[in-house]
Amino acid sequence: MSSPTGILAFGAYIPQRRLQRSAVYAANSWFAPNLKGQSKGERAIACWDEDTVTMAVEASRDCLTGLDRTAIAGISLASTTLPYADRLNSGLVKEALCLDTNLTANDQTGSLRAGTSALIQALNGTAAQLVVAADLRKSRPASEGELVQGDAAAAILVGQAGQGLGEIAATFLGSHSVTIDFVDHFRSTSAEFDYGWESRWIRDEGHTKILGGALKEALTKLGVSGADIDHAIIPIAVRGVPESLAKSCGIKPESVRDSLSAVVGDSGAAHPLLMLAAALEVAKPGDKILLAGFGQGADVLLFQATEAVGRPPEQLGVAGHLARARKDTNYTRFLFHRGLLDLEKGMRAEMDEKQPGTSLYRNRKAVMGLVGGRCTKTGTVQFPKTEIGVNANDRSQGTQEDYPLADKIAKIVTYTADSLSFSPDPPVYYGAIDFEGGGRLVAEFADCSAEDVEVGREMRMVFRIKAVDRARDFTKYFWKAVPVQKGDA
Amino acid sequence: MAKGIRDKVAILGMGCAKFGERWDMDADQLMVEAFNEAVGDAGIDVSQLDAAWLAVAFDAVNIGPSGIPLSMALRLPNIGVTKVENYCASGTEAFRGAVYAVASGACDIALALGAEKLKDTGYGGLPVRSRGTTFDMIGVTGSAPGNFAQLAAAYRAKHGVSKDELKQAMAHISVKSHANGSRNPKAHLQKAVDMDTVLNAPMIAEPLGLFDCCGVSDGAACAIVTTPEIARSLGKRDLVTIKALQISASNGWELQQAGGWDGSYFHTTRVAAAKAYQEAGITNPREQISLMEVHDCFSITELVTMEDLFISKEGQGYKDVLNGFFDADGGLPCQIDGGLKCFGHPIGASGLRMIYENYLQLLGRAGARQRSTPPTMALSHNLGGSPIQNVSAVAIVGLADA
Repeated sequence: MSSPTGILAFGAYIPQRRLQRSAVYAANSWFAPNLKGQSKGERAIACWDEDTVTMAVEASRDCLTGLDRTAIAGISLASTTLPYADRLNSGLVKEALCLDTNLTANDQTGSLRAGTSALIQALNGTAAQLVVAADLRKSRPASEGELVQGDAAAAILVGQAGQGLGEIAATFLGSHSVTIDFVDHFRSTSAEFDYGWESRWIRDEGHTKILGGALKEALTKLGVSGADIDHAIIPIAVRGVPESLAKSCGIKPESVRDSLSAVVGDSGAAHPLLMLAAALEVAKPGDKILLAGFGQGADVLLFQATEAVGRPPEQLGVAGHLARARKDTNYTRFLFHRGLLDLEKGMRAEMDEKQPGTSLYRNRKAVMGLVGGRCTKTGTVQFPKTEIGVNANDRSQGTQEDYPLADKIAKIVTYTADSLSFSPDPPVYYGAIDFEGGGRLVAEFADCSAEDVEVGREMRMVFRIKAVDRARDFTKYFWKAVPVQKGDA
Repeated sequence: MAKGIRDKVAILGMGCAKFGERWDMDADQLMVEAFNEAVGDAGIDVSQLDAAWLAVAFDAVNIGPSGIPLSMALRLPNIGVTKVENYCASGTEAFRGAVYAVASGACDIALALGAEKLKDTGYGGLPVRSRGTTFDMIGVTGSAPGNFAQLAAAYRAKHGVSKDELKQAMAHISVKSHANGSRNPKAHLQKAVDMDTVLNAPMIAEPLGLFDCCGVSDGAACAIVTTPEIARSLGKRDLVTIKALQISASNGWELQQAGGWDGSYFHTTRVAAAKAYQEAGITNPREQISLMEVHDCFSITELVTMEDLFISKEGQGYKDVLNGFFDADGGLPCQIDGGLKCFGHPIGASGLRMIYENYLQLLGRAGARQRSTPPTMALSHNLGGSPIQNVSAVAIVGLADA
């Protein structure tokens, strides 16, 4: 018998801010009082400088904590909100993660089940593959989607034992898929927003018949009974639906995983993987985990946890990200960050952000991967690399080797909170930071407030949007520093 | 070591336009305004100029490339005109070009003129601009106040000064410069302010409030230099000569070397000041310098510069400030003309404006703001860039026999 394929590692990313649904409802209730039923709880919202790619990078970093990234043979990025229609989005993630160049990469899109479909594809192979899913969907103000959705990403490392990436945490037992052009909602390639059909029809014909049918067929096909399932992941953000589908399949009510609707929201193509990561954090060895994905049909996957299951302490995972949530009631800021409120930005926002392709390609390791240089003669670390090193005592040329800084902790040397420079999230914090082991960077700070910054404060690096060239629709990425919080590795 | 510039070159004449929001004038008209005063002061004809240097920092809202705009504005007789740009230290850089040309013997009389037309930007503060293709991918394009504000956090951390104490010292600096500016008819800002106004002003970049920031102005300033011998042959009696002229540029150490520069001072100012004192033969600057014009783009810049120029002991500058040592009637006045804070800061002109004030004060021609104790040796400090990467210029001028 060939060695089994399964999940080697998993990770998650949820943006820090939680928009209070009550704040959204309060602003819109004059127009859409019918949304009162959705006005409880909170949803995760990405900041202006985050998108599907940056969230995918952070989830991947969480997943790959402590692992040898050169052992990864492939990457796939699943999302319905990829920033580029023609530029390999997973290739961007690859550069940020400094994965090996000898790598297969593909973008999976077109359906909310892109995440589970990408996972099935990877699990049907044998190579070590990183499957990451992220979604940052836009909805019209005063729509149900605005309240129900949330922004998040999850990463699942798939492969086999003996690939240099540790033991299997959950063995893949098989899958079942159905494909039907069921148009409960759609979004054409040129559209910003979903167009959705009546929820009662979606529940009856979609959730109950298509997904419910697929679940039953999967259990039969894989030779397990509903009662055997310890964790049922049914990522449908309609109250009562996961429970009733589970009941119809004979799955115990206590096995139905929380949909995270109250604290994150529905993260689209990422949501099945996010809930899977959450389940793997608490699963016990031997537990059977059923994972469903729904969208123009359904995917159903079955796993069994091994002795290696559980969240390594140095990872944040879903639990870690939930623990650091910050409540946010600033609805207009959310709208502005989504491009749904055209605030007067002032003349300082008019700078042309044109990015020459040539210089980005030359400097891609430094820009996308935060790779600096370390002098092989003096040991001096610096960012970026230069022909003649910064060490005043040594004028040797060309002696710097690649030195990745993204995972190093740094300390604040200087800082300010700048209210004059244009920023979509003023004031913009920035300053000089020194990395442990060497290297200095003047960095923008993200996810921080006045009480988070002081000289000597520990910071860690995150991959973010630096600027957007609106004239040519090109996103510029770079790294920013965020305050280290309790629980960070 | 090189012998230096001391007493090899004299100032023949200087001029300075009225600084401020000069809605009425283009850059070439400001140049003419400054030049008319300088050439009248020098008592020469434009045909006697052998070469000229022009300082301008911001091309985007300015005169465009090359030295031609100066040549054209003044209708210079087809002499060599060199445009220089060295951040906000451009004015002193132009002065250096002219002074070096005379010192070398290549020129008898040379012109340095700095001009900037900033109020065509459409907003307060400096124009937002690219720092180059590579920088724009990895650097932070902060505002000038944001870049300089960072001195405060590092200074507090290093010297154990409380936020309130530092804010008080910074406010004292601004109140002092506004008082001085109120006695200067060419100053952009001529209104005195009190401590409460400064302390309660809106925050621009923590901890710098509105009154911690200098004015952004239109203006021009100009110097005509020659040898002391030629100056005397032209009938000049009280000569102001150049005692020292040093410029130091960062090489990336502050920016890139972890654990090196601590963010609380200007490395290049210390280098330039030490060299300038040696060049001028000054061993005790706190006693020997009579007046200072420093690059007070922000109050915190002026404060740490007092230490970087070795006037105050490190970590003690804020006490000298609070004790009034740098006030107009203090031990060593700083910004007796109002400084960048109130005279204004038309970038390319600022270094030359500082020398202009020192020149007037040394000759007793500063009017209502003339220093009571006759000064003999005056220092100007002109800085460009940001604390972490900059160009620092120190010029010392003095009476010829001092």
